[in-house]
Amino acid sequence: MKAFLENSVFWATILTLTTYMIGCAVKNKINSPLAHPLLISVILIIIFLLVFDIEYETYQNEAKYISYFLTPATVCLAIPLYRQIELLKKHWKAVVAGILSGVITSMASILLMSILFGITKQLYISLMSKSITTAIAIGITEEYGGISTITAAAICVTGVFGSISSSIVMKIFRIKNPISVGLALGTSAHAMGTSKALEIGPVEGAMSGLSIALAGLMTVVLAPLFANLI
Amino acid sequence: MRFFAILNFMKYIKELFIILFISFIGEVLRYFIPLPIPASVYGLFIMLLCLITKIIKLDQVETTADFFLLAMPITLVPASVGILSAWDFVKSHAWAVVAIILISTVLVMGVTGSVSQLIIRKTEGKKK
Repeated sequence: MKAFLENSVFWATILTLTTYMIGCAVKNKINSPLAHPLLISVILIIIFLLVFDIEYETYQNEAKYISYFLTPATVCLAIPLYRQIELLKKHWKAVVAGILSGVITSMASILLMSILFGITKQLYISLMSKSITTAIAIGITEEYGGISTITAAAICVTGVFGSISSSIVMKIFRIKNPISVGLALGTSAHAMGTSKALEIGPVEGAMSGLSIALAGLMTVVLAPLFANLI
Repeated sequence: MRFFAILNFMKYIKELFIILFISFIGEVLRYFIPLPIPASVYGLFIMLLCLITKIIKLDQVETTADFFLLAMPITLVPASVGILSAWDFVKSHAWAVVAIILISTVLVMGVTGSVSQLIIRKTEGKKK
């Protein structure tokens, strides 16, 4: 079976789509934030790979065709943003200040806790940019000597946890304005937070999509400052 | 009916072409600009600029774009399964790593939302 899977082009795509459809079906049945199609899909695939003793690299090698579509999908975030362009013009100060404060909070809190828990510099660098989109974060991790698979994993956990916990966090901090809800989701939980924001509403989705790009760019600028503080 | 089906088909091909072409321009910029900024972020801003300047009209990309946005979580699945190969590096510090991820995510969400909401309320208060 291993030899077949290593030469098959479609099995990883089929596996990904099947588990994602199961995830969507579960989400439709039980209305819980934990029933997140992405989370369910990832868990099912990991179980599948472990049960059949298949290397992650074998799966990754065939599933990369799905990952290719992340770039055009991110480009498409410009569309909900353009639909809300008037709102953005009106509130650009709040948008920039909100995202910048989030980016600084992210890097400062990760730095403080890394010192507190005494983790290695390599691990700290790998976690530093975990709130932003995978494509930018991996570039930063490699630039400053971290391990990119840790970054990718941390980003995934962040995204899933961020979208699952968002409704509770918004209640605790009394965040009600749709613009702020979107900014908070996108700055803390990147693309996964954004697909949650798109579910909540068009303003939330647009602001969250903008946050992915702006938080990513601000992190690129601030990374050299934070990278050498440990 | 068949004739109209073919017309529609051309529309979607064109929509797909525009989105992929902008992704490609993003790749070109990524190649020439030495910063860790991915093609997708350049592409996002190019698309926004094209929409604002009306070089591209909303109905020339809308249908396919909405499909891509709905399908976006699926494109994140393969990278997320990568947790499998990261686990060996993290094992010894697992609790610290989990704590860092969870606490900072909540803090970032709270701070971003509160700061922006405060400023929005201030500006809207002034106008009244």
